Amino acid sequence: MMNTAIGSPRRHEPEQTPASDPRRDRRSTGVVACHTCDLLTRPSDAAGTTSLCPRCGAVVHRQKSNSIDRPLAFALSGLILFAIALTHPFLAMKSGGFVQETTLLTGIFELWKQRLYGLGALVLLTCALIPLAQLSGLLYILVPLRLNTAAPGSIPIFRAILHVNSWAMMEVFLIGILVALVKLAKMATIVPGAAVMALGLLTVVTTAAMATLDPPLIWARLDRRP
Amino acid sequence: MTGGYTSARRAGLIACHDCGLLVPAGAAGPGHGRCPRCGAALHARKPNSIARAWAFLLAAAVMYVPANILPMTITTALGAAQSDTIMSGVIYFIHSGSWEIAAVIFIASIFVPMAKLVILIFLLTSVQLRCRWRPRDRTVLYRMTELVGRWSMVDVYVVTILVALVKLGAVANIEAGPAAVFFAIVVVLTMLAAESFDPRLIWDVIEEDS
Repeated sequence: MMNTAIGSPRRHEPEQTPASDPRRDRRSTGVVACHTCDLLTRPSDAAGTTSLCPRCGAVVHRQKSNSIDRPLAFALSGLILFAIALTHPFLAMKSGGFVQETTLLTGIFELWKQRLYGLGALVLLTCALIPLAQLSGLLYILVPLRLNTAAPGSIPIFRAILHVNSWAMMEVFLIGILVALVKLAKMATIVPGAAVMALGLLTVVTTAAMATLDPPLIWARLDRRP
Repeated sequence: MTGGYTSARRAGLIACHDCGLLVPAGAAGPGHGRCPRCGAALHARKPNSIARAWAFLLAAAVMYVPANILPMTITTALGAAQSDTIMSGVIYFIHSGSWEIAAVIFIASIFVPMAKLVILIFLLTSVQLRCRWRPRDRTVLYRMTELVGRWSMVDVYVVTILVALVKLGAVANIEAGPAAVFFAIVVVLTMLAAESFDPRLIWDVIEEDS
């Protein structure tokens, strides 16, 4: 099961992988390079295990179960929550006779009005467009994979989803809401709307979608080499 | 061999940055080969990693100054205008008794960007000096900077929310100050710097020496 040109088998990584494992790519030798230190190892294939790099301690591989169905379910619920978060009232402020109601995008419009275009674009990208694109991209890739086929353009789309992952910052935005609420608590009454709840759930669901995703498996399934 | 460890590079392989496929280095040719599976450009190490990281880092360090000196928000209440910097926001929260929030803002907006700059400067210098000191700990430091960098965006989001909510005409009005822009630039630049740095460079020296 060992291909040529991989070097000697690692003595610290026992070979415990049945070659008949259906999830395993036939071409693959099971050897992977650590992303952080480039060490070649053969991670365990046992369900639920996390393989750490023996040299630098980084996570080399997590063996996940149901790694098509779970991210698919989370991505789908994420899109529904997104629709709720964007269309329902976000926060309202009551002070004296004044009421100021906002939606999720009001802040971005205000930044835009102040001619802070770059800042507005950054907030729009990191809190709405990138997570939205990630969820729809996942759906586009995973539904066909579930049906044992591959959608055209899946490979570049999946590369893009992984690339932009560090720029999706909805969980940070949630903390921002909390800080803003405390800041305004003395000044006015803040009424959280349905969008706040939807956004909270959306953050959980998006994180879960990315966490249950198993990129090595997806890459093996998308592999179109002869 | 160091303790029986073989890196992909030593085995003559390039791990694709995007999909992780191991490709024989010779097959890619001397120029930029493409990954046969996902089509990403193949590099044994991130190209110009150190120069790029330094460029982003120095730019971030320059922007860090106005981000902390200039006002983040400008509040107008009943005709009186008040400018708040990041630090004055922290002090306000300490005085008003919400020290938890003060701690969140201090850590996310002042401590994390500063620590990130210092750690990345240290890592870059240590790699350039071909330092062999505690590679595993330096790798952990790198992973930490990658992990926490995003949390600095919290202040930018607070400003966005405040600007949207506090629109009560003459009674109270909040506008974003110039520091909000500089601060967002600092966060983006330090994230790009961390992304450009290749932690495998920490380990290359140790392998080459043996």
